[in-house]
Amino acid sequence: MKLRFEVSGEDFSLAGRASTELKRALGRLGIDPGAVRRAAVAMYEAEINMVIHAGGGVAEAEILPDRVVLVLADRGPGIPNLELAMREGWSTAADRFRELGFGAGMGLPNMKRNADELRVESSPGSGTTVTMTILLGKGAP
Amino acid sequence: MEILEARLYAGQDTLDLEVNAACGADLMSDVMAFVKEKVVLLTGLVNPQAIRTADLMDIKVIVFVRGKSPTEDLVAMAEENGMVLLGTKYSMFLACGRLYEAGLRGGGVREID
Ligand SMILES: Nc1ncnc2c1ncn2[C@@H]1O[C@H](COP(=O)(O)OP(=O)(O)O)[C@@H](O)[C@H]1O
Ligand SMILES: [Mg+2]
Repeated sequence: MKLRFEVSGEDFSLAGRASTELKRALGRLGIDPGAVRRAAVAMYEAEINMVIHAGGGVAEAEILPDRVVLVLADRGPGIPNLELAMREGWSTAADRFRELGFGAGMGLPNMKRNADELRVESSPGSGTTVTMTILLGKGAP
Repeated sequence: MEILEARLYAGQDTLDLEVNAACGADLMSDVMAFVKEKVVLLTGLVNPQAIRTADLMDIKVIVFVRGKSPTEDLVAMAEENGMVLLGTKYSMFLACGRLYEAGLRGGGVREID
């Protein structure tokens, strides 16, 4: 099963909605709540990043019997220094997003903590694609 | 609720819910990074992301500090999710202090490594 979400870069009030929908969908499939939460949190951080750093994009979730694969792709400015970006607390977020509760520099570290596998492909000018795998263990649907 | 002299905005029906820890944060990634068990979230952030973050983390009670009140949209979102929304006039510092005094401890958060 595959879900696809358009993530708007214009309307911040919608940011996070795709992840909430993913959480509901995974919950309905009877997937273990721990795995559901990990997938939802990982996607949420990536979704927010797409909104605040890249002007929106597309999020896809492929739900397989043993894992969930999340792919979030944008056509934003890319990440020039990935090693720096992965550090806890490192952020280039604008102050207005900080006032909205984001930009703590914990997004990518949170994704790493929650996903079993995280791959970030990015080059300046051609956008960023974040791919995450969450293993469902034995409690597969 | 009395401890915070709180106002109830949403969740009349779920009010006898039990919580054993509290977490105060205005940065949502911090909530996602550190919360483990079911907690009360105290926050000065009043927007849809506060509700969504709580929802993703299975947090059922949000207290808005510093006298901020949620909009109707937020109340509706919370009701849909079966959450309790409260508001207190106390600052984050005082609200946390009062809960601490009343016996609520940190807990429910992962060790900081
Ligand atoms: N999709 C993206 N497009 C461009 N830059 C990004 C993207 N995601 C992350 N970044 C960069 O990596 C940094 C760290 O990201 P993150 O850990 O999520 O922290 P935060 O979003 O709080 O700044 C961001 O400040 C930004 O510079
Ligand atoms: Mg981020």
